[in-house]
Amino acid sequence: MELAALLGDFTVRTVALGAALVGVVSGVLGSFAVLRQQSLLGDALSHAALPGVCLGFLVAGSRQLAPILAGALISGALAALLVLVLTRTTRIKTDAALGVSLSLFFAVGTVLLTYLQRHQGAAQAGLDAFLFGQAAALVPSDLRVIGTVGGVSLALVALAWKELKVTTFDADFARSLGRPVLALEFGLTVLIAVAVVIGLQLVGVILMVALVIAPAAAARQWVKRLEGMVLLAGVFGAVSGVTGALLSAAVRGLATGPVIVLVASGIVLISLLLAPGRGVLWQLVQATSQRRNLRGHRVLVDLYRLAQDHRDPAYPTEQGMLDAYFGRRSAHVLRRLERRGLVERVRHMPEEGTHWVLTDVGQEQARTLLQPFGERAEGPATRREAPAVRPESEAARREGRA
Amino acid sequence: MSAAVAALQGWLDQPGVTIVLIGALVGIAASLLGAFLVLRRESMLSDAISHSILLGIVMVYLLTGTLDSPLHVVGASLAGLGTVWLTDLLVRSRRVKHDAAIGLVFPALFAAAVLLINVYARDVHLDTDAVLLGEIAFAWLDVVRVFELDVARSLATMLAITLVNLAFVLLLFKELKLATFDPGLATALGLRPVLVGYGLLGLVSVTAVGAFDAVGAILFVAFVIVPPTAAYLLTDRLERMLAYGCLIAIGSSLGGYALARAFDVSIGGAMASATGVFLLLALLLGRHGLVARAWRRRAPEAPPHVGMPAASAPQLDAKTPTSSDGGRA
Amino acid sequence: MARRARGMEGTMGAGPPLVSRGQADRAAAMHEPAFALHVEDLTASYASGAVLWDVDMNVPPGVLAAIVGPNGAGKSTLLKCVIGALRPAAGHVYVFGRPYRRQRHRVAYVPQRTSVDWDFPTTALDVVTMGLYGRLGWLRRPGRREADEAHEALALVGMDAFAERQISQLSGGQQQRVFLARALVQDADLYLMDEPFAGVDATTERAIVELLKDLRARGKTVVAVHHDLQTVATYFDWLAILNVRLIAQGPVRDVYTAEHLRAAYGPRVVLLGGASAAEQGSVPAGVDAGATEAAAPGSPDTPERRAAARPPGD
Repeated sequence: MELAALLGDFTVRTVALGAALVGVVSGVLGSFAVLRQQSLLGDALSHAALPGVCLGFLVAGSRQLAPILAGALISGALAALLVLVLTRTTRIKTDAALGVSLSLFFAVGTVLLTYLQRHQGAAQAGLDAFLFGQAAALVPSDLRVIGTVGGVSLALVALAWKELKVTTFDADFARSLGRPVLALEFGLTVLIAVAVVIGLQLVGVILMVALVIAPAAAARQWVKRLEGMVLLAGVFGAVSGVTGALLSAAVRGLATGPVIVLVASGIVLISLLLAPGRGVLWQLVQATSQRRNLRGHRVLVDLYRLAQDHRDPAYPTEQGMLDAYFGRRSAHVLRRLERRGLVERVRHMPEEGTHWVLTDVGQEQARTLLQPFGERAEGPATRREAPAVRPESEAARREGRA
Repeated sequence: MSAAVAALQGWLDQPGVTIVLIGALVGIAASLLGAFLVLRRESMLSDAISHSILLGIVMVYLLTGTLDSPLHVVGASLAGLGTVWLTDLLVRSRRVKHDAAIGLVFPALFAAAVLLINVYARDVHLDTDAVLLGEIAFAWLDVVRVFELDVARSLATMLAITLVNLAFVLLLFKELKLATFDPGLATALGLRPVLVGYGLLGLVSVTAVGAFDAVGAILFVAFVIVPPTAAYLLTDRLERMLAYGCLIAIGSSLGGYALARAFDVSIGGAMASATGVFLLLALLLGRHGLVARAWRRRAPEAPPHVGMPAASAPQLDAKTPTSSDGGRA
Repeated sequence: MARRARGMEGTMGAGPPLVSRGQADRAAAMHEPAFALHVEDLTASYASGAVLWDVDMNVPPGVLAAIVGPNGAGKSTLLKCVIGALRPAAGHVYVFGRPYRRQRHRVAYVPQRTSVDWDFPTTALDVVTMGLYGRLGWLRRPGRREADEAHEALALVGMDAFAERQISQLSGGQQQRVFLARALVQDADLYLMDEPFAGVDATTERAIVELLKDLRARGKTVVAVHHDLQTVATYFDWLAILNVRLIAQGPVRDVYTAEHLRAAYGPRVVLLGGASAAEQGSVPAGVDAGATEAAAPGSPDTPERRAAARPPGD
């Protein structure tokens, strides 16, 4: 189907708009969850919503979004409270408390779900959709509910921005400023629960956690400030939502929720690999070259010291000996140094194996490496004043250590 | 066929017996491993693994075209270990924290699995509700012949898995304990804590596959985490923690089945909910529970560990044991 | 091993007897384990950069050695490299002349107390028994004999009354004693301790000092990461000052100088190589013995010997 035709379709437009709304809200609020290292709270909250969904249905008597959302929100808050009670009053650790809360609420949810299905007859209609999400069931009145609830939570975040920021960064400091930290933390947890809950119908209980974590985790790679991170996470969330909704509409048979999640995961992957400075590829290149440099410096200095030991700057050192000295094979390191013109092979003793000698440049470099140690070499040493060493006298340096 | 076998067969032919046995075996197999996961603070990995093994199962299905090949155990284990490995990789890249890494990896793998089912396996009996909720109620219909008995397939599988897990925990008890308590020392002693950890998580994956049919992914998580957590509140010994976990699992299976029959609800869900009742009891009554805490708070002099009467003097050279030798059992 | 031997042959054949730093040490280390702990050209890095650069360290047997240095100096990293928990970028570690892997049974490692979860459901006795897991090897379970040994070790640190106590119910000092008992039960020759005095009460601190002296009296070697400069000279008799690279090492009375400490900790000290304790006359024993040629087998070895071992010319 053409993009234009897709967008012309009323259902697709509804779904895409809903997905964008859900994406923005969960991206913004997910940023706080990720920064507070509460990512999996999102998982617990979404699973814990199931009994609330059922109860909301039971109370309303039919499948209306507002009472169902209210039920989900309440059971999510109770689950968060259970985590808090378990970790604060017993020796149970956070991970176990989350797991307990998640699985028990979900278990009770399945019990209620089957009860409704078997005893309330009509319940079959659409409650299953909350497990995996069912985008097609989204109607404009649902959009209004999602838009209102999401808009209110975003407005609350904007109003309490300063407080939320300092609480997220340093709760103890916020407490010392007299901020109501406990209330703020609780409010934030409820807001995260809101973000989870409004996405349930679209993405489902199981996968909603991804939409909370992924946009925030991706945004974190590109920006350093909270403001930027929250905005970018909102954008990433919206992009995942819209792209996912359109893709699943274009390809017959693809469920919307999983597609949205995969798009968001793709954004994370790209961000992790490519983000400037923080990206893994970027870091990998740096780490490799750093390790390589370190090894190069080591071999260079080893050669220099051996030459010093023999009072002969042109002293040829046998490669096998360098291997032993260096602790691993030095051949490739030597070849790299050779390419940079720091060492040379000595050819006149073929039967003895390759011998190496420092070039003038190499000697100069070794000297700079050794001189005020650390100033040119890597390492935390650079910032501390290490004792100066006179490279002319290695022996003196040794004695200096004693 | 001897009378004993016939009696056993008659017993197994009752669906209720088979269902309770399967539930109990899932619970025992899961909580034996779960105790170590809880102590290693890796409980949520069981949640991740139980979801992402779906990808392994789907992949094997697409390769072999069948749903009951032993290869599924292999595929699911690989998917489970892959989840752990990917999570580790993300954490080691230090770009995201451990909890976020778990929450990024398993939804992606699970979503991929669901889409693969959407595209390639629409008409297959691999519907996703069953994956989450299991179908323990019908487990007794699918029967295999083991020796002279007709046994439910799930029961036979879970029995084998339980025995493997039991053997693993018993044989490697001290290695698991040390790898959990002090991985640094385990490394120093050459006891390979990383390898032991991957063995543990590999078995979690295998158990998840077995439990999949019976109780579904999320109720499996309940059995992994809740019984050991309740046991953790009841005792200070690892051995007893394992034993109590198993007992709680058996009790939950029985209680859950009764509950499910009484209210005509999901049996797996009821069994998992029943573990919560035991946790609640442990929370209130256990030696680390709330009542005990409140009691201790009222009588603060009760625990004698604050002052150290016998050990306070520096008697390190003294080869004689301390005056009070009461602790020796 | 074979590679190394070949390398040495080649060099020997090249002409005059070449005795280099590394070779001399290696010869000594391989054939005559003169050092309890011999660290050679050790370089280690995390992603953030080098944490150990070209560290040579020798601890003779039978001393109480302290490693001191500012935060981030690589002290704990050094111990982790020794026990193989961290793979160094370059360099070697020898324990009594052989790689650690082959000497595991002779080494006991005491990690920082805060590195484990004290809520773990187990007893003090059980923690001490863990020290014997290495001797037991895979699959075998501890029995009566191991329990007896663990009780004995607990008694040595004055903790036998607490054997069946759950470990979270112990005070910080008591927990540290349990860790020490776990090391004692290993009956090792070299004890590696990461901050054994961190967060313990004064009584325990005194008790640990007595324990260390007892170990020394029995000919054991202790290498401990230490953080308290006030006590280092009274508790220990051998000192290595570390700050990414090794600043100084040797007997405490020679190394524990304002200059060296300022070099490691102080903000703007420039210490020239020549102005060291060794040149100021307080030359420790063993220097002269080693000052002649390469590895005199069996000679007590010190780093000074290494420095002097270099022949005046080829």
